[in-house]
Amino acid sequence: MKRHLALAAVTALASAFAATAGDVVGTITLKGTPPKEKDITPLKEDPNCGKLHTAMPTTKFYVVGAKGELADVVVSLEGISGKSTGASAKPVVMDQKNCIYVPQILAVQTGQKLVVKNSDPVLHNVHSVPTVAGNPEDNKAQMPGGADLTFSFPKAEEFIKFKCDVHPWMFAWVSVFDHPYFAVSGADGTFKIANVPPGKYTLKANHRKAGVVTQEIEVKDGAPTTVALSLDAK
Amino acid sequence: MDLAEKGSRPLHWFAFLTAAATLVLLGIGGLVTSHGAGMAVPDWPTTYGYNMFFFPFSYWMGGIFYEHSHRLVATLVGVLVVALTRWLGGRPSRLPLAIIGGLELSAGLVLGALGPNWRGAGHFLAGIGGVVLLAAAVWARNAPAPRPLPLLAWVAFFGVQIQGLLGGLRVVLFQDEIGIFHATLAQLFFLLLCLVVLLTSRWWRTLAAALSTVGGGPSSRLSWWMLAATALILFQLMIGATMRHQHAGLAIPDFPLAYGKLWPAMDADSVAAYNQQRLEVTALNPITAFQIGLQMTHRLVALLILVAVGVCAAKAWRLARRSGRAQGAVATNRPVQSLARISLVWFGLILVQALLGAATIWSNKAADLATAHVIFGALSLALGGIVTVISFKLPAPAQAGLPVLEPGGRQGWNATANAMSQPFSSRPLPSGAASHTS
Repeated sequence: MKRHLALAAVTALASAFAATAGDVVGTITLKGTPPKEKDITPLKEDPNCGKLHTAMPTTKFYVVGAKGELADVVVSLEGISGKSTGASAKPVVMDQKNCIYVPQILAVQTGQKLVVKNSDPVLHNVHSVPTVAGNPEDNKAQMPGGADLTFSFPKAEEFIKFKCDVHPWMFAWVSVFDHPYFAVSGADGTFKIANVPPGKYTLKANHRKAGVVTQEIEVKDGAPTTVALSLDAK
Repeated sequence: MDLAEKGSRPLHWFAFLTAAATLVLLGIGGLVTSHGAGMAVPDWPTTYGYNMFFFPFSYWMGGIFYEHSHRLVATLVGVLVVALTRWLGGRPSRLPLAIIGGLELSAGLVLGALGPNWRGAGHFLAGIGGVVLLAAAVWARNAPAPRPLPLLAWVAFFGVQIQGLLGGLRVVLFQDEIGIFHATLAQLFFLLLCLVVLLTSRWWRTLAAALSTVGGGPSSRLSWWMLAATALILFQLMIGATMRHQHAGLAIPDFPLAYGKLWPAMDADSVAAYNQQRLEVTALNPITAFQIGLQMTHRLVALLILVAVGVCAAKAWRLARRSGRAQGAVATNRPVQSLARISLVWFGLILVQALLGAATIWSNKAADLATAHVIFGALSLALGGIVTVISFKLPAPAQAGLPVLEPGGRQGWNATANAMSQPFSSRPLPSGAASHTS
């Protein structure tokens, strides 16, 4: 009994002195002028999907704001592993709307569920094409109004391609991390990685076309760490 | 009823029909890959859970249209090949067909009973077995075609079934490598059927009969040139199949230069830059240094083929002129002249093929042009195989030019041709072939 009390006291003391996790927040901007996006002509010409679009749809490789804010950048901490909360994490949702994946850039943890919906009046196949051993390739049919599909990956891998072979212009990219310390920048170029344990890290920002940039950061007790990153248009 | 006695012309035209259907199948297969639709139907042999023959037409959209059409035409080609095997193999083919068909039907039924996961494959196998059994049940007591046609038919019989299986496995096992093998085997399969068409033709039988009096003689250097050029085309088709099944689009987007240079940079940084600068409209895989090297090899081998086939055509033409000057050698003159003409057509095909290759790049790999490139590749290989077989059949140039050959004169060839227009069993046969007909 005395031994248990001592252990509880030590644990309470340790908790009191334990470091408090902090958030990493920041903004990503694009330098230079990105190439002009391409018209997705096959989509517009498709007899079923084309009528879901009034204007010519275009690719969305560089989603850039008025002041250069860059969306769809996968930001993550390097050097942390084995912290994935797996299947207990809230599922991430990707939808198929107007024969386009929404969103097109996502990130999940290993074991976390990725739910794919079909909001279209047409059928799709959802084909994941990972390249890291241990992540299985999968290809599932999804009829209009069909049940949601679920995918999950056991290994960390950046930019796993998801595609629809029925509609070859449909593709999305899913990054998988074995920890929860990542984010995808929004339309305003901002991101937030929450509850990062104090310490020194390498912050990595990865964009499908603009490439990678890294920055050394230090997260201090409870305080938010603010960073500003920029990538060059290719 | 002896089908052979009924005439070999229908058999020839049936073989032609089978080869033509195979070319159509090959073209649709090309469209499947060109449109990136190989996985548009995630299941096999069912289609979105339906029996493939009852898949609703309203669902034939996008990539499904190409992939599903490919499966249906493949089934038709399979049935045609089974019938061709029965026809060429004659009465003796009935027993092996019955055994194989029975085994496939039984195995299919057993698989189907194993559970829902195996039901589709079981039905597919049982269906094939049923068709084969049906062919075995055809009561016609026709004689087998002369050698090596029954053997070629059996190769086609097993080939078409392996092809069907490979096509299905590529879908369910997610292996691009199977797709490469499937595409290459398709080209060889088409070549095989074209040779069957040649060997069942009246022209070939006439040639064989005419040469039976003079003997084949040693093969000329031209034959080896033709064989080498055909082998080079096959190698090129294998490279092409590998390029197409990487699903990476154009590894090099410009021609005749490559990324603006004679030889492109292939280091990791350069390849990363190529990928970053490329804005894909369709879901393409990233370019790799291997793919860039492969396309450069494809370009160089294309040049080699152009030269090799050009040399073949020139040599064949020279041989025809030399042979034409020799008197009394008409028995071989006419086929030699035919060989020269076919070789010129072959060279023409290669020129068109080279142009199509360039156009495929200039159009950013437009699906119709890329598919035409595949079809002309198949025709180039088939014609290469045909001229090679003919050239090996002909006597060496030294003999061809000699006036000792019989029968002499144009009349001699015509007389032989008339004799050879008779059915297999009632015409004079080369001594070597006599024992193979009954």
